[in-house]
Amino acid sequence: MAFLEIADVRKQFQQNVVVKGFNLGIERGEFISLLGPSGCGKTTVLRMVAGFESPTSGAIRIDGKDVTHLRPNQRNVGMVFQAYALFPNMTVADNVAFGLKVAKRPPEEIKSRVDEMLNMIKLPHLASRFPYQCSGGQQQRVALARALAHKPKVLLLDEPLSALDAKIRVSLREDIRALQRSLGITTIFVTHDQEEALSMSDRVVVMNEGRVDQVGAPFEIYNDPATKFVANFVGTLSVLKGKVLDPKAGRIQVGSNEILASRRVINANAGDSCSVALRPEAAVLENGHDLGTGRNRLGGTIDEVSFLGSVVRIRVKIDDAAISLDTFNNPSAIPPQRGAPVVVSFTPNDVLVLDGETKH
Amino acid sequence: MKQSKIGAWIAFIIGTLYFIVPLIGTFEFSLRMKRGEYSFEAYRVVLTDPNFLASFGYSVLMALITVVIGVVLVVPTAYWIQLRLPKLRPIVEFITLLPLVMPAIIIVFGYLRLYNSSSWLPLTANARSTDLLLAFSYVTLALPYMYRAVETGMRSIDVRTLTEAGEILGASMMTILFKVIFPNVRVAILSGAFLTFAIVIGEFTMASLLNRPAFGPYLQLIGANRAYEPSALAIIAFMVTWACMGIINVVGNMKSNKRTA
Amino acid sequence: MTAIDTTPPLPAEPGPVPEAYAASKKPLVGQQTWAWIGITPFMLFAILFLIVPTLYLVVGAFQDPDGHFTLQNIYDLFTPSILNAYWLSIKVSVASALLGALLGFFLAYAVVLGGLPAWLRPTLMTFSGVASNFAGVPLAFAFLATLGRMGLVTVLLRDLFGINLYGAGFNLLSFWGLTLTYLYFQVPLMVLILTPALDGLKKEWREASEILGASNKQYWTMVALPVLFPSVLGASLLLFANSFGAIATAYALTGSSLNIVTILLYAQIRGDVLHNQNLGYALALGMILITGCSNGAYIWLRARAERWMR
Repeated sequence: MAFLEIADVRKQFQQNVVVKGFNLGIERGEFISLLGPSGCGKTTVLRMVAGFESPTSGAIRIDGKDVTHLRPNQRNVGMVFQAYALFPNMTVADNVAFGLKVAKRPPEEIKSRVDEMLNMIKLPHLASRFPYQCSGGQQQRVALARALAHKPKVLLLDEPLSALDAKIRVSLREDIRALQRSLGITTIFVTHDQEEALSMSDRVVVMNEGRVDQVGAPFEIYNDPATKFVANFVGTLSVLKGKVLDPKAGRIQVGSNEILASRRVINANAGDSCSVALRPEAAVLENGHDLGTGRNRLGGTIDEVSFLGSVVRIRVKIDDAAISLDTFNNPSAIPPQRGAPVVVSFTPNDVLVLDGETKH
Repeated sequence: MKQSKIGAWIAFIIGTLYFIVPLIGTFEFSLRMKRGEYSFEAYRVVLTDPNFLASFGYSVLMALITVVIGVVLVVPTAYWIQLRLPKLRPIVEFITLLPLVMPAIIIVFGYLRLYNSSSWLPLTANARSTDLLLAFSYVTLALPYMYRAVETGMRSIDVRTLTEAGEILGASMMTILFKVIFPNVRVAILSGAFLTFAIVIGEFTMASLLNRPAFGPYLQLIGANRAYEPSALAIIAFMVTWACMGIINVVGNMKSNKRTA
Repeated sequence: MTAIDTTPPLPAEPGPVPEAYAASKKPLVGQQTWAWIGITPFMLFAILFLIVPTLYLVVGAFQDPDGHFTLQNIYDLFTPSILNAYWLSIKVSVASALLGALLGFFLAYAVVLGGLPAWLRPTLMTFSGVASNFAGVPLAFAFLATLGRMGLVTVLLRDLFGINLYGAGFNLLSFWGLTLTYLYFQVPLMVLILTPALDGLKKEWREASEILGASNKQYWTMVALPVLFPSVLGASLLLFANSFGAIATAYALTGSSLNIVTILLYAQIRGDVLHNQNLGYALALGMILITGCSNGAYIWLRARAERWMR
C-alpha cells in the first residue's frame, strides 16, 4: 500500500464538480507534482489532503491511517503557501518555532531544532528579523523551514514559487528539491509551470478540468503524452493537419507528402483526419545533408529565424501550416535566411498523432 | 473552520438595538407634542420657525464656503506635492493631521485670542469678517478628510504620468490642471465636500464661541427652552447626515464604475 | 469630537516611483518655482490658522498678564477644582474609550469574521459613518428623548417591566449617562477603524497556524490578537482623545453640571470664570498635551501596524 493514498476522491461545490474521481498512490519520499492550468482542480486536491476542504466522496490515507475526516491540525502535515503566510508579529525564529511551541515541546528542543532548520535553509543570520524585513525568496524559505520544523509526514506546497522573480524561482526550485531529497519527505507540489514540474518531480500528475490526464515520470509525460491536452500543455508543439491513410502501417497524408508514424495510430480508420505534432527538437533542417533513410521529409520555406542565444528557433512554412524547430547555436555556421527553401526531416518515432481522444 | 455564529448574531443584535432604539425614542418623543395623540406638530413648529430656516440656511452657506475654500487650498497643494515636491509630503501630512490631534475648542480659543479686535488682523471686528473666521475654522476641521480624500484620488490616477502624457502631447500646465487632473479627482473632491457638509451643519462649539447664528447654536438654544421640538430637530439633523453619507457612498460607487484604463 | 468617513484611516504608502520617472524628475527652470507658489496659499493658511493660534496658546500658558515668562499658571493648574475637572474628563474618556473599544471590537468581528450574511457589513459601515458624525447637540437630544425622565425607554421599562430606572439611581445627566451617550459615536468609530484591520488578517495565517497544529484559541492568542493589538490599542487611544476633546454633547446634555475640562474651558473662554486669562491658556495647554500625546501614539501605532501588514 502506498504511503499517501488519495482514493477515488471527488469534490463538488454546489453544482460544480471541481475534482472528478482522483486516484493516486504516492510512495514514501516521493516528489509528486500536480500540474495543470488554473481551475483544473490541483489546488483543491492539495487542500483536501491538507484538510481545508472535505472530499464529497472518497478517502485520503496517510501511512495507513484514514485522515479524511480529521481537522488540518490533527494530520501532522506541513504546508507552504503561495503568499508565504509568515506571521508578521513574530521573528523568523519564532515563526519557525511555531509548530513546536504549539506542540508544547521543551524550550531546549525548540531552540536546537530552529537553529537546525535555519541552517538547513542557509539563513541563520535572519533569526531575529521580522518577515517584512526579508525578501520574498527569504520569506518563502522561512516558510519552508516552518513547515518542516515539526517533522510532518507529508509536505504540501501550493504554487510556492509563483510570487517570486524568475531568477529566485530557479534557485529556490533547486533548494527545495535538494532539501526534500535530504529529508526524504513525501511531497506534493502544485504548479501551473511545466518547467518547474518537469525539473523537480519524480512523477508528474497532469490535470485538466478536474480529471487526471496522465501520471508518469517527466521523461514519459514529455515524450509520450497520453492525450492531446498533455501534449499541448507540456512543452511546445508544432501541429500539422493530416489524414490517416493506413492506420496499421502508420501512413499519414500531410499536405502533399506522405509520412510514417511509428506510434499511436490506433483506433483510427483510413480517411480519418488527425493532428500530427512534433516537438521542436525533433525536426531537423536538411540542406543537402541527407541524414539517412527511414526519415520523414517535408519541404517548405524559412519564414522566421529567431536568435535566442544558445538556441536558434526557426519557423518553416509548410503548405498552409508552420513547423517551429529549435537548433543549437553554431558559431561557425550562418543561420539560414528568410525565404530560403529547405527540407525538414524527422523520424517516424518523433511523430505524435493526436486526435483529441484520451488514450490510456 | 466552522464556528458557531451565535456569538456574532448576539453582538450584532445588541449593537443594532443600541443604535436604533435612541432613534426610535427620539422619533416617538417628537411625535408627542400634542397631548394624548401622535402628530407631527413638533415638526410643523420647527420647520415654520423663521430662526430654523435662518440658521439652517446660514450653516448651509457656511458649508458651501468652507468646501470652496477647502478645495482651493487642498487640490493644488496635493497636486504639487505629488508632482514636484514629494519631500514636503511628511510636513503637509503632519499639518493635515493637526486638526485631528487638537480639539476644536482649542483651535477656536486660539482664534479668539489672536484675531480679536485688538490684534493685527482684527477678524472679529465685524460680522462679515467673523463669518470668514468661522469659515476658516471649519476649513481646519474638514482639512484632514478633504486632503486625504483628494490625495488618495490623485494617487489612484497617477498624477505624474498623466501630467507627463499631457506635456508630451503639447498641453500647457493650466490645460493639464483643468482638463486632465480636475475631472479625474472630481469624485474625490465630491466625497470630501459632502463629509465637510455633514461636519459643518451640526457644528456647535466654534459657532457658539464666535457668536454666529449657525444651526448648532440654534439647536442648543431650542434644547434649553423647549421640550418636544429638540427631538424633531434631532431627527431632522440625523436625516441630513444620513443623506450626506448616502450621497458619498453613491458618488464613491460611481467612481469605481467609472474606472477607465 | 472627530468625524470620520468610511475610507480606511491611513492611506497606504504609495508604491515606489518607477525608476524611469524618478530619473526624469529634473524639472524645467520654472516648474519647481510654480510648485512652491502653488502650495503657498495652503502653507499660509496652515501657519495663520493652525500653527500660530496653537503656539499662541502654548506660549501664553507660560506668561503672566504682563507678558513675562512664568510657570505660575502651570502650578495653578493643580488646584482641586481644576484637577477634578481633568480627572473627571479622563475618567469619562477612559470609560467611553474602553467600552467603545470592547463593543466596537465585537461588532466589527461579528460582521467581518463572524459568518453573518454579507449584506450586513456595508449596512453597518454606512451606519457607522453616519453615527460617528452624529455627535453633539442632536445626540444629546436623542438620548434625552430615550433615557431621560420622560424618555421612551424609561417609560417602557416602568410600564412594561415595572423597572424604575430613576428610582434605582440611574440618571442620564451623570458620569455614566454621559459615557453611555458618548458610546453612540465611539463604537462606530471603533468599527470603522477596526474593520480594515480585521480584513488585514490574512486567511492564510489562520490556515498556516492550523496546519502547524494550533487550535482556534491558540491561533487567536498567538497570532491574531498580537497582530491586531497595535490597531486596537491605537484605536482606543483615538477614542480616548476623541472623548476628551468633546464638548457639544456634554454641554447639551448636562449643561455645566458635569465639570469636565472642555466645559470649564468653554466657560473660561466665554466669561473668564477663572479670572485669569493665562490660566485659561494653561488649561488649554493641558488639553493639547493630553490629546496630542494620545493621538500621537495612535498615529505611531497605526504606522507600525501597517508596516507589519506589508
